[in-house]
Amino acid sequence: MALARYLLLSGGYLRPAWMLRDIYRVMTTQLDPIVLFFVLGLAAGVLKADLRLPQPIYEFVSTLLLLSIGMKGGIELARQPALAIAGELVIVVAMGCLLTLLAFAILHWVGRLGRIDAAAVAAHYGSVSVGTFAVGVAFLGRAAIPYEPQMPLFLVMLEMPAIIIGILIARGLHAATPWGEVLREVVLGRSVMLLLGGLAIGAIAGSEGLEPVKPLFFDLFKGVLAIFLLEMGLIASDHLGGFRRHGLFLVLFGVGAPLLFAAIGIGFAQLIGLSPGGAILLATLAGSASYIAAPAAIRSAVPEANPALSLTASLAVTFPFNLLLGIALYQQAVEYFYG
Amino acid sequence: MTDPTHPLRKLVTVITETSLERDLTRELEAHGVRGYTITDARGRGEHGSRSSSWGHSGNIRVEIICDAPLAESLMQRLRAKYCQHYAMVLFAHDVEVLRPDKF
Repeated sequence: MALARYLLLSGGYLRPAWMLRDIYRVMTTQLDPIVLFFVLGLAAGVLKADLRLPQPIYEFVSTLLLLSIGMKGGIELARQPALAIAGELVIVVAMGCLLTLLAFAILHWVGRLGRIDAAAVAAHYGSVSVGTFAVGVAFLGRAAIPYEPQMPLFLVMLEMPAIIIGILIARGLHAATPWGEVLREVVLGRSVMLLLGGLAIGAIAGSEGLEPVKPLFFDLFKGVLAIFLLEMGLIASDHLGGFRRHGLFLVLFGVGAPLLFAAIGIGFAQLIGLSPGGAILLATLAGSASYIAAPAAIRSAVPEANPALSLTASLAVTFPFNLLLGIALYQQAVEYFYG
Repeated sequence: MTDPTHPLRKLVTVITETSLERDLTRELEAHGVRGYTITDARGRGEHGSRSSSWGHSGNIRVEIICDAPLAESLMQRLRAKYCQHYAMVLFAHDVEVLRPDKF
């Protein structure tokens, strides 16, 4: 609580010693131990230890995560009137577009990145990270905070608009842009397929129908997430070198953007009327940056953008920040605004 | 070089980003290539370390056996289309093949 007040409201009278103490307290008391697996991966990567998970493991583990997140939402969603959510989805998509434009404005006019690179990075920050969302879900589970079942649907809806806007800013309505290919890449990409597939399976089969697969998808969720985070730590360590080349601004942006965007996310959560749990997750989504769907789509549609810029910021700064501090911070901010 | 016992063809090898796979294979087929082999690869080069540990961070290695004129035009085409913005290494060498009609 105190920390949120400091970071959000203290403005003129920041007291660094207190702040450090608060940060330490948040990290030791509120941090989900699962995040330690990320730290292990990061450390192993930085030390160049002999630790490397084969790619199929990463794919398997992320498939499990996407399906369980989808199925969990689907089971609950089936109990709700579908039409009520349509309006919320429109607002959430509008938020995604707003965040992308805002990210572009900051990167281009404050950070002085060229139009193409700024648009590419903005596409990553307007889009979302499933890994961060999964950690947010685990965080809420641990704190026993309930959240709306439509959150996985928001996750799906937020992935795409930012990428399209990013490409539009970079290219204009250029005839040569392979739009079919881009849409295919995003709509038929693994994450959207598996999340929507999981939602559908959850909705159709329901809680009892999924009882036989529950041990794998739900009971093992945190174990699977731990392996996923170990791998993410290794991946993030690969991108740490980007700092030296791309400078301080990118680091500042990688930390500042999630804070600002999460605050906007909380605003939108209040607009939609989400519960505190839903608001924490929407803030987490808004504050997260894509590192799977956006890089792939941007790489094929805007090849002249430097992929190292986006990946360094999103993987080496924003993802660890959200894990280690961001999510706990968003929870405190939500408590403050909702309290 | 001594006379080869079998007919000669060109083996074109392309090492490039995993994310190009779909686009590249379409290009190959459009160019009249009859077959190719793709393997996952990793390594280090001008674009940094390509560790292949996840999704799009890896490389692929595409091997194509074809006759010399096709190999030449294919390499020119790939160079023009991809080399400016993508990590790509292109090379060719002579190989002896047992069934020349296949390539």
